[in-house]
Amino acid sequence: MKYVDEFRDPARARALASEIAGLVPRIARTRERPLQIMEVCGGHTHAIFRYGIQQLLPDAVEFVHGPGCPVCVLPMGRVDDCVALALQPQVIFTTFGDAMRVPGSRLSLLKAKAEGADVRMVYSPLDALAIARDNPAREVVFFGLGFETTMPSTAMTLIAAKKQGLRNFSLFCNHITIIPTIKAILDSPDLHLDGFLGPGHVSMVIGTRPYRFIAEHYKRPIAIAGFEPLDVLQALWMVLKQLAENRCEVENQYGRIVPAEGNRQALAAIAEVFELREYFEWRGLGSIDHSGVRLRASYADYDAERKFCIPNLKIADPKSCQCGEVLKGVLKPHQCKVFGSACTPETPIGSLMVSSEGACAAYYNYGRIARSQVVDTTGLRAAVKVGA
Amino acid sequence: MNDAAERPAPPARLRDTRINLSHGSGGKAMRDLIADVFVGSFDNPLLAALEDQALLPLGPLAAAGDRLAFTTDSYVVHPLFFPGGDIGKLAVAGTVNDLAVCGARPLFLSCAVVLEEGLPVDVLRRVAASMQSTARAAGVQIVTGDTKVVERGAADKMFINTAGIGIVPAGIQIAARNAQPGDAILINGNLGDHGAAILIARNELALEAAIPSDCTPLYDLVQTMLAVCPDIHCLRDATRGGVATVLNEFAQASGTCMRITETALPLRNEVRGACEILGLDPLYLANEGKLVAVVPRQHADAVLAAMRAHRDGANAAMIGEVCAGPAGSVIMRTGFGGERIVDMLVGEQLPRIC
Repeated sequence: MKYVDEFRDPARARALASEIAGLVPRIARTRERPLQIMEVCGGHTHAIFRYGIQQLLPDAVEFVHGPGCPVCVLPMGRVDDCVALALQPQVIFTTFGDAMRVPGSRLSLLKAKAEGADVRMVYSPLDALAIARDNPAREVVFFGLGFETTMPSTAMTLIAAKKQGLRNFSLFCNHITIIPTIKAILDSPDLHLDGFLGPGHVSMVIGTRPYRFIAEHYKRPIAIAGFEPLDVLQALWMVLKQLAENRCEVENQYGRIVPAEGNRQALAAIAEVFELREYFEWRGLGSIDHSGVRLRASYADYDAERKFCIPNLKIADPKSCQCGEVLKGVLKPHQCKVFGSACTPETPIGSLMVSSEGACAAYYNYGRIARSQVVDTTGLRAAVKVGA
Repeated sequence: MNDAAERPAPPARLRDTRINLSHGSGGKAMRDLIADVFVGSFDNPLLAALEDQALLPLGPLAAAGDRLAFTTDSYVVHPLFFPGGDIGKLAVAGTVNDLAVCGARPLFLSCAVVLEEGLPVDVLRRVAASMQSTARAAGVQIVTGDTKVVERGAADKMFINTAGIGIVPAGIQIAARNAQPGDAILINGNLGDHGAAILIARNELALEAAIPSDCTPLYDLVQTMLAVCPDIHCLRDATRGGVATVLNEFAQASGTCMRITETALPLRNEVRGACEILGLDPLYLANEGKLVAVVPRQHADAVLAAMRAHRDGANAAMIGEVCAGPAGSVIMRTGFGGERIVDMLVGEQLPRIC
């Protein structure tokens, strides 16, 4: 298939993998410990596992799976807020599909639906707007979720709602912003990251400049990456090449989509509708300053937080859950105490196990070959050494 | 209550244009509905007797094999009509296929319908006609049935349950536990056409693509395969949960590992494109006319050739092989050159945010 197969060519993958293997000995610190490269975005985590990219790499290069899955970093209290909104009889609660299964302290949205809540899965916030038009007697709430990738479509929807004068549509805003979060990770003391793969679709909106502080202040290389497996490998190669040459720069592997200045129209829509919150709570990472957005006063009529009484309780993450350490890259998913035993995709404790972009779910679904390699060496070790 | 409880008056064409509660009440309205729509469509003497049960002579059944195969399935689909099929075709083909994949010759079906008040009678007529034409093509008769009507909102237009019986000839032993290391894994054509057709027919995605459902009875294809290789080890139709689920069932029941190759999976470009856009995996999409077969390696080429020569297997392919371990798992070599586990699906496949 055109525009797909070109980016999944195994011969090119092998060539890139061997170039990466050639770079590793030139990076001095690999003699002491493996290099840790964080892919910030959940889409990259998904691609790494789906295509078995880690298996093509030398042992001295490890991916650390970052916080860039918006579903995964949603604190339990916010899910409870969603459920409370959805259970109000006049409300039609609309959401992207991923968020349906995320556990709250009592219910997920999927279970709330079974208890009678009118929860509807939509593919775009504009679908939610159409539901509001078709149901003038009901209150339609859209669960706005995601980084700068999904923010513009929410913003455009609100602009449209205001223009149309719709009174029964509102946004429960949980949009978050990536830069303060990367900064918080870089400031955390228990971290040893050597470089970053930058998020592709976020950068399509915000451009490449906001990442400069990573290279200039924190002295870490970063390459913004696309989501096909060759994109990920090439971006990794770019980061390792910087390390080998003692450079720290913002490079853009995903130039076919990401312009340096971002998307002006999308940024204008975001600026029209949203403003930064003082702080926002993240699952596993705690409260991060200026990491979330809310609606501006000029859009107050469309703000579900002002329109409805929302419990807004802070619920501590389950004690057994180590999502935070996994999100910061301190632990690998399978090193969490409850991974694969109490916490599985069927019975997720932490949200990293829920979304297919969550590091734990990806590790569980696609990655068990590598893990069983440790315990089961009968014929399996040979089997996993493919393409290398 | 059985529909056959009352003798019908001479068949009169039903005058009502919509189903109402009296069509399920056991009275005259129900009798007319059954006589006109069902007996008229299904047209066979076993049903036309309109007793409380169909009486099936044992002699010919016993002569045809040494085991009776018996299965049931309920059909709920939205929309009722979609490219390549409808709920009626699905209700016959699905149950026929559940019988066919154990090597049975499907013979008789029941048909129980739950109708929502307000359903246009013409819709029911079209569904019944589709059931009959599928049954005729599959060589089965619909010999008993039941009709219930529920109030508007208590069901989504119509639900159908069909149960079926068939005869398994002596000597045929097909079971998921029979997979052995070295066996070849075959499929009779493109993955996911039904799932993709339904997704697009629902029109929630504003995607346009001409993908017809693969809904079809597979009895004839299975017989063609058995004629070449009576020793087929495993056979299952890959419906809900898709090919991935069937492979996991084989691996777990037989304690083996199913190793498949991504580049060998037959896939329509349109289905692949829809999956790429929505972040879905075609291995988990539903099929209604696809079977996965595990056959001894030495017969694999002959079975594959026979499948390809059949109208329901033109795009058949060998997608992998059975290995010893890790027991109970399915592993796919990706087109990219890595490997990954293909697990059972938890819940529904949900499109990804971004």
